[in-house]
Amino acid sequence: MELLNQVTQFVISGLATGSIYALIGLSFAIIFNSTGIINFAQGEFVMLGGVLTIFSLNVLHLPLLAAILVAVAVTTVIGLVFERLAIRPLKNATPLMLIIITIGASILIRGLVMLLWGKDTQALPAFSGTDPISVAGATLLPQHLWIFGVTVLVIIGCRLFFNHTISGKAMRACSFNRRAANLVGISVGRMVLFSFVISAAVGALAGVIIAPLTMTAYDVGVMLGLKGFCAAIMGGMGSGLGTVLGGLILGTLESLGAGLISSGYKDAIAFFILLLILFIRPQGLFKKGETERV
Amino acid sequence: MKKLVSTAFASFALLCLSTAALAAQPIKIGALFAVTGPASFLGEPERNTAQMVVDEINKAGGVKGRKLELITYDTGGDATKAVQLANKLVKNDQVVAIIGPSTTGDSMAIIPVVEKAQIPLISCAAGSKITEPVKKWVFKTAQNDGLAVAKIYEQLKKEKKTRVAILTVSDGFGSSGREQLKAQAAHYGIQILSDDTYGPKDTDMTAQLAKIRGSQAQALICWGTNPGPAVIARNAKQLGLSIPVYMSHGVSSKKFIELAGDAAEGIRLPSGKVLVADLLPKNDKQRASLLAFIKDYQNHFKAEGDHFGGHAWDAVMLLKGAIERGGDTPAGIRNALEATRNFPGIGGVFSYSAKDHAGLTKDAFTLVEVRKKDWVLVK
Repeated sequence: MELLNQVTQFVISGLATGSIYALIGLSFAIIFNSTGIINFAQGEFVMLGGVLTIFSLNVLHLPLLAAILVAVAVTTVIGLVFERLAIRPLKNATPLMLIIITIGASILIRGLVMLLWGKDTQALPAFSGTDPISVAGATLLPQHLWIFGVTVLVIIGCRLFFNHTISGKAMRACSFNRRAANLVGISVGRMVLFSFVISAAVGALAGVIIAPLTMTAYDVGVMLGLKGFCAAIMGGMGSGLGTVLGGLILGTLESLGAGLISSGYKDAIAFFILLLILFIRPQGLFKKGETERV
Repeated sequence: MKKLVSTAFASFALLCLSTAALAAQPIKIGALFAVTGPASFLGEPERNTAQMVVDEINKAGGVKGRKLELITYDTGGDATKAVQLANKLVKNDQVVAIIGPSTTGDSMAIIPVVEKAQIPLISCAAGSKITEPVKKWVFKTAQNDGLAVAKIYEQLKKEKKTRVAILTVSDGFGSSGREQLKAQAAHYGIQILSDDTYGPKDTDMTAQLAKIRGSQAQALICWGTNPGPAVIARNAKQLGLSIPVYMSHGVSSKKFIELAGDAAEGIRLPSGKVLVADLLPKNDKQRASLLAFIKDYQNHFKAEGDHFGGHAWDAVMLLKGAIERGGDTPAGIRNALEATRNFPGIGGVFSYSAKDHAGLTKDAFTLVEVRKKDWVLVK
C-alpha cells in the first residue's frame, strides 16, 4: 500500500514537472516548425518571463496580473527584436549558423539579466495559495493545476492557430518548403518573425507560471531549455500532442527514476531514454516517418 | 608673478614627491574570490568585506604605520583561472600573503602554487581537505563541514533520534557534506536509512521526499545551497512530511527564509553565530567582533553581513594580527599565524597550531531554528 501511494506521488510529481517541460518543448517546436532552426535562446525566454514578473511585482509594484502581462509583453518584444537584429539580417545563412547565433543570444541575454538584476534566486508568490491538494493518496499544489491548465490552453491555442488560421497554415507551409511558400505569395520573413513572437510569448508564459514553484534566477533557463528541448525531440518537434506527451513522459520517467531506482541517476535515466529514442525513432515517438518528396 | 607661481608649483611638487618617498611602501596582500559564476554568493560578500576591512585598517593608520594594499582578482569559480591568478599574484604583484579563494576546488588547485612560492594562504572555503593533512603554508577560516555535521548529530543524539534520511546536492558542497554525514554517523550512534541526492538545478524533489516519507527515518538532513533546499522545504510541506528537517549552514541566510516562505517554519540548521549575533549572551567572546562586522557591513553595503563575508573578515584580521606580530615577510607572517590563539572572529574563536590549520571547534556553530520568519537559538 505504501509503495502504491509512493508510486502515485512519483507519477503525479512527474506529470507536474513534465507539463513544464511540455510547455517549453512547445515553444521550441513553434520556431522549428516555421524556420527549421532550433532556438537555443528559448530557455532564456522562460527565464525572462519569471524574472520580469518578479521585477514588475517588486520594483514597479504592479498587481500580479498586470506584472504577468508586462513580463510576457516585454519578452515578446525581446523575441521580436532578437529576430530582427540577429536572424533577419543574415541572408542565406544555414540552419547551423542560425542555431549558433541563438546560442550566442542566450549567453548575451543571461549576462545582461545577471548584470541588471543580480545573481540571487527570487521567488514569486503562488497564484492561489500553497495549501496542498490530495489526489489519490498523493499531494500536489494549486500551482500545479495552473501549470496543467495553462499547458492545455496553449496546446488548444496552438492547434487552432496552426490548423485553422491563414497565418498558422502559412507558417506551416514555410517549414515544409520555404521556396514554394514564397512562390505562392507567403512572406517567409514575416512568418519567421511571427514564429519568434509566438514562441517568446509561450516561453515567457511558461516562465511565469513555473516561477512560484521552481523559483527563478538568471541561469534557470539553461536546464529548463535543455529539458524542454528533450520533450520536443521526443515528440518529433511537432507543435502538438507529440511534444506534450514527450514532456510528460520525460517528467514521469525522471520522477520514477529518482524515486524507485536512484536519485543520483535521475538525469542520466532521462537522457538515456532520449538517446534511445534518437537511435530507434529519430522522427520522434509519435510521428510517422517522413518521406522526402522530390 | 608668473615665476612665483611656477616656483610655488615646483616646490609643491617636490614636497609631494618627498613625502611619497618618505611614507613606507604599502604591504601587498593578494585576494582571490569567485565574484562571478556559480559561487558568486560566496565571492561577492567576501570581496566586499575584504576591501571594507582593509580600507578601515588603512583609515586607522595601517599596520605598524604601513598601509595595506589589497589586490583582488575574480576566479569565477574556475580552478584553472584561480591557478593563473595565483601565479600572477605571486610573480607580478609580489604579494606577501593571499586570502581566498572562495571555493574548495579553487583552493585545492592553488595550494601547489603557494607552497612552491612559500607564501601563506588563508582560504575562505569550507572543505576540510584544504587543511587536512596540515600543509605548512595553508590556513583556512571557513568552518569545516564536519563541525556542522557534528552539531546536528549532537542535537539528534540529545533528542534520542537515531534513524535519519539524508538528501544532498550533487555538487562539491553536497558531496563533502554527504561524506561527513556518513563518516560521523557511527560515532553518534546514528543510522542512515536512506541516502538520496538531487541536482543543483533541480526544480522538484517530491520523488526523493516521498521515498523518505515512506521510510522509518526520524529526521531529514539536507545538504545544499540555495535554491535547492528552499525547493525541498516547499516540497516537504506539500507532502506533509512530519519529521523534523535539518538543513546545512549553506543556507544560513535570510534569503533561504525568503525563498522557502512559510515552508521554512520549524526548519533547523547549524549556522555561524553572525546570524544570531544579537541573541548571543553578553559574555560570548565573539560578540564584539560580530556586532562590529554587522554594523560596518550595513553602513557600507546597505545589506546584512553574512558569514560568507565573515570568512574574509576573519582572513584579513588574522593576517593583520600576524603582520603586527611577525613582520611583513611571508615566513614571518606564517609563523605568527600558526601561533595565533583565541582570536575571536566571525566564524568562531580561532586557535591555530602546528597540527591544526583550521583553528575551530564545533562551538563555532550554533543550532538555529526558523520561527516566524526569523532565527531563534535551539536550546
